[in-house]
Amino acid sequence: MMYDWLYSLTGSEILAMFIVSLLPLFVFILPFALFAVLMERKVSAHMQDRLGPMRTGYHGILQTIADIFKLLQKEDLVPTATDKMLFNLAPLLAFIGSYAAFAVIPFSGFFIGTKIDLGIIFIVGVTGLVVAGILMAGWASNNKYSLLGAMRAAAQIISYEIPTLLIILTIIMLTGTLSLYDLSEMQTAYFWNWLILGGPAVGLQKILLIPFMILGCLIIYTSTLAEVNRTPFDIPEAESELVSGYHTEYSGMKFAMFFLAEYANMFAVSAVVAVLFFGGYQSPFGYLGNLLGWKWLIPIEQFSWFTSKGLFFVFVQMWLRWTLPRFRVDQLMAFCWKYLIPFSFVILLLVGLISLM
Amino acid sequence: MRTYFLNFWQGLYTILIGMKVTFRHLFIPAVTIQYPSVKPQMPERERNRLYVNMDDCIGCDQCARACPVNCIEIETVKSIPGEDLGTTSNGKKKALWVTTFNIDFAKCCYCQLCVFPCPTECIYMTDVYEFSEFQRENLVFDFVTLLPEERIQKKKNFEELQAKKEAEKIAAAKKLAEEKAAAQAKPIEPKPDNPGNPDNKEETK
Amino acid sequence: MALKTEEMVLNMGPQHPSTHGVLRLELQIDGEIIIDVVPHIGYLHRCFEKHAEAMTYPQVIPYTDRMDYLASMYNEFGYALAMERLMKIEVPERVEYIRVIMGELQRIASHLVALGTYGADIGAFTPFLFCFRDRERILHLFEITCGARLLYNYIWIGGLSHDLHPDFIRLTKEFIKDFRPNVKELNELLSYNRIFIERTANVGLLPLETAINYGVTGPNLRASGMKWDLRKDDPYSVYHKFDYDIPIGKGEKGKTGDCWDRYYVRVLEMEESLKIIEQAIEQIPDGDVTSAIPKRVKPPEGQIYTRVENPRGELGYFIISDGSINPARVKVRAPSFVTMQVFPELCKGFMIADVVAILGSVDIVLGEIDR
Repeated sequence: MMYDWLYSLTGSEILAMFIVSLLPLFVFILPFALFAVLMERKVSAHMQDRLGPMRTGYHGILQTIADIFKLLQKEDLVPTATDKMLFNLAPLLAFIGSYAAFAVIPFSGFFIGTKIDLGIIFIVGVTGLVVAGILMAGWASNNKYSLLGAMRAAAQIISYEIPTLLIILTIIMLTGTLSLYDLSEMQTAYFWNWLILGGPAVGLQKILLIPFMILGCLIIYTSTLAEVNRTPFDIPEAESELVSGYHTEYSGMKFAMFFLAEYANMFAVSAVVAVLFFGGYQSPFGYLGNLLGWKWLIPIEQFSWFTSKGLFFVFVQMWLRWTLPRFRVDQLMAFCWKYLIPFSFVILLLVGLISLM
Repeated sequence: MRTYFLNFWQGLYTILIGMKVTFRHLFIPAVTIQYPSVKPQMPERERNRLYVNMDDCIGCDQCARACPVNCIEIETVKSIPGEDLGTTSNGKKKALWVTTFNIDFAKCCYCQLCVFPCPTECIYMTDVYEFSEFQRENLVFDFVTLLPEERIQKKKNFEELQAKKEAEKIAAAKKLAEEKAAAQAKPIEPKPDNPGNPDNKEETK
Repeated sequence: MALKTEEMVLNMGPQHPSTHGVLRLELQIDGEIIIDVVPHIGYLHRCFEKHAEAMTYPQVIPYTDRMDYLASMYNEFGYALAMERLMKIEVPERVEYIRVIMGELQRIASHLVALGTYGADIGAFTPFLFCFRDRERILHLFEITCGARLLYNYIWIGGLSHDLHPDFIRLTKEFIKDFRPNVKELNELLSYNRIFIERTANVGLLPLETAINYGVTGPNLRASGMKWDLRKDDPYSVYHKFDYDIPIGKGEKGKTGDCWDRYYVRVLEMEESLKIIEQAIEQIPDGDVTSAIPKRVKPPEGQIYTRVENPRGELGYFIISDGSINPARVKVRAPSFVTMQVFPELCKGFMIADVVAILGSVDIVLGEIDR
């Protein structure tokens, strides 16, 4: 929709495409990444009975800008014995893998990057680039501990993609569509239609689906938490464990890229969970624009609902980080393979059976 | 099989309890204060930087001896008679000029052992705790109120007095030795049969 | 055909966020499993015992503070007790009661540091700050009494340097009232958390026989199942007048003597210390705290060994005096030093990530090990 409007505005396909792909990035994600760093510090501080950054700006609002300046002016150290091309390419891959996913996420009914039919699979495929970036970072650092850390991170991310995909398969089976835009449109009008509460099905089918949907939401939330390397699954970036993480040898802007990629990834997976289960950009009660008759208000309302849902899930991710201790590596793998995957398979089977009813 | 599901349920349940605790703490006001703009109140017995009130110091060296790290350096000079150094606040008359009283705060361990033996309570701990310096030498505090020339003067006075006393002692000792020698010596009389005595006129005839 | 693996030597260097102080651990590992651990100590050696021979007896007390800097009151307590037994000084009862109150408050503060840093090593950052918030209140109590927060120079030979502040008892009662719910909160957040239990249960097992053979004392021994506490088995000062319990490890979440037991014994000990403080505040008599302090400390010739129950174990002082104002020899038996002996036994067969968990659970302080 955005694309059509821009095409009608500019008349050139390329220009419209260009602006449409850049818009989510600049309008939303970069400010979000800036905001998220500050939010993490403030949330963690208030949970720990302290204040967090207070001196830069009013109550520390300009803290991230100060951080960006600091990272920009740092010396860019490249160790001599590394593979230069891989070393320089790795943060770029991680960054691209996280940010490219935003091309298909529906921010509102009007503002989507592109409306391709492959929605979710595109996101899963592109975030696989992050694994390649991490492995390259670990290998090119020429540091045996970074390599070990990178291999663990890669093993973790790949294992936890399986429950994610299985739950996504469940949703696809239930609704019959891959496109995130269609999924959001399907959960319209009232929160009773949200997929976590059974979706647009009716009658007994809907009631039976609810416990499996709730369990599925928990499973996908946990496994995507592991994909973005957040506590309790943050072995790759933990400082108090023995091996240092895959981004030890990076400094300055390259480190900032890993950092920003992590926060963008966090929002991307929260957005996916919100779209899959919680109605995407749909409001739970109906629109103010419909009530007042102002049609142009609706996309703005949808955008604000989507942002608040995404931010809420990001907040829960931060909340979990500051509450829970860390898993040990073998326990992490055991948790995935012995608990999450069997449950996901069972949910897939049972939801499939129920949807045949 | 049962432990399998029990593990899962327990895991979920304890995580939720932990999250409840942390969520509750979001709304508890912070216990920290914003330091340089707001300073905490120091209790009255606080042990921070030392201060010496030189008007009361009698130079007894008790504090230097009590210090476990030897950070107090005291040098005193006896006063010459006739000089009035004044009295301390509890009425004692001072008899020594204190020419050096250095405390090296880089060495001081803030243990308060020097405060207790002082008879006039002139050394005590204040509430100053922000006194960092860029150079280590600036942390050696000199508490003496005499000017450098005065210190040299007092020392010279004392040395002169010493020298005078020494000289007097040597002079007195020499005089005593002379008197003793004089008292022991007999008067010498010319002998009549002493040849060559010019007074002896009978011989040269 | 079997895969040939070879051992690797990994160094957890002196600077590491998880070793509690400057400790170097040399790990010999086979893949991920540990075969041997060799601890290298001495990075914090400050020649305490040699210094003590050059100081007079009261001047040694600031030095004893700095050995186990997280439990300074107990270091001074042990030394003062040893000297009083050597010189046969009778201290007033008020002094004994105040020493017990200060010692138990110090025990709570030391255990709070141990628990908080243990949680931080495992990955839970929030309990660390909660523990330190409570510890700040205890340090404030110490601050109004003697003026310092960490290294006190408060317990002197023959008495104390200051009497209690007039506000002390009121503030302590408020602290006790606020602290009990905080312990419950800490349990909810950390002790019973399933992930924490997975990390610490059945890890670093210390069987009772091994512990007794190596001479381990304190909470580490009690967690292996033995009810041995010097406050009850070899009482000193006025500990025999109070009613309290000795918590031991029962193997609730795994085998007896694992890391969870060592952690939980410390949590329970904090509660017992609160009981002792409450009873002491009720029973404290009046008196003069400085009346028995001798003008010059010149003990008769002889030697003495005294032991007290540090928050980490049995702290022993062996003092040889030759009749002059300087000691001839002061030897300290530090509990953490003995615990480092048994540390390689604890780590054999576990993984690298467990080394951090085990090191945090035995609660060592490098100042005590190296002196």
